[in-house]
Amino acid sequence: MLATDQDILDAAESWRKTGRGVALATVIETWGSAPRPVGSNLVIDEEGNFLGSVSGGCVEGAVVTEALDVIESGKPKTLEFGVADETAWKVGLSCGGTIRVLVEKID
Amino acid sequence: MKLEILRALNEERAARRAVVVVTVVESGEQRLVKTADVARDPLKDLIEAHVRSGKSGMEETPQGRVFLTVHVPPTRLVITGAVHISQALAPIAKLLGYDVTIVDPRTAFATPERFPDVNLIAEWPDVALPPLGIDHYTAFVALTHDPKIDDPALLHALSRDCFYIGALGSRKTHGRRLDRLKEQGADAGALARIHAPVGLNIGAVSPPEIAVAIMGQITEKLRKAETKLAETKAAEIKPAETIMAEAKAS
Repeated sequence: MLATDQDILDAAESWRKTGRGVALATVIETWGSAPRPVGSNLVIDEEGNFLGSVSGGCVEGAVVTEALDVIESGKPKTLEFGVADETAWKVGLSCGGTIRVLVEKID
Repeated sequence: MKLEILRALNEERAARRAVVVVTVVESGEQRLVKTADVARDPLKDLIEAHVRSGKSGMEETPQGRVFLTVHVPPTRLVITGAVHISQALAPIAKLLGYDVTIVDPRTAFATPERFPDVNLIAEWPDVALPPLGIDHYTAFVALTHDPKIDDPALLHALSRDCFYIGALGSRKTHGRRLDRLKEQGADAGALARIHAPVGLNIGAVSPPEIAVAIMGQITEKLRKAETKLAETKAAEIKPAETIMAEAKAS
């Protein structure tokens, strides 16, 4: 079943309530064409399970990795992805846009 | 984000109320602004504009850069009348992201064959409407042309503060409708909220064209600020009394 935004935030709350470490990633800025609008959410738990999306699947892997760090440290991070990025060949947006993603721990 | 904020956020969303999370980028400080509290918030105007557009976004404020995460309930469209126009209106509304419900007690009209994939209720409005929880994020359109069905539904929609209320019918028909609704206790101010003749004036002729005109008007009402609407519509919107007087004269 397709996860709606409501499902994603409900999952974040219920995962946290069961004692799991949880991070919330939110698209906070986009330039050019971006696959998901500002405000889109991805929720990640400490084991790397995730729900939702911040792109068309292009950068979710990298966001999940960073989210594990954020869960560990408790410090929020802002990530930027785009074709201009030197890691573009690994994690970049095929559509040519740039997105900025805030990753924060639920605590 | 504090679990406390997330919990309150989910509560508001479940109750179908608009809510905004304000994050101060520099400090990471966050607060939740509920619909009821917007008027008292220092960022009132910005928050109102974002809620209206339904879009999250970054804003520069005297307090520095803030990110507004906007959560507005999914919009719904409730229609009385499983008629030809509804057959076009339902799929158009779905395409625009509306949850569509059609109410029509006439079982010859309300058939799944005519309305595949639509929530169809073959009941009278007094039975069908109350359980739907019609609210401010609902658009209501009366399309049966039958006062027995449309009138009680319109009164219900008015009492639930639908963001858009429209009713099919010529000026004359609408004038008579206003008379009836007034007799049933509706006040003129509330009645002026009913868009009739329904839809934008684009010269629509066929049922699908009328559906487009209706959906255009619903979109305008959803997205345009009241003040801008007033500016563009000042010439078109008339008090209910004027409409009734004109209808009687014609």
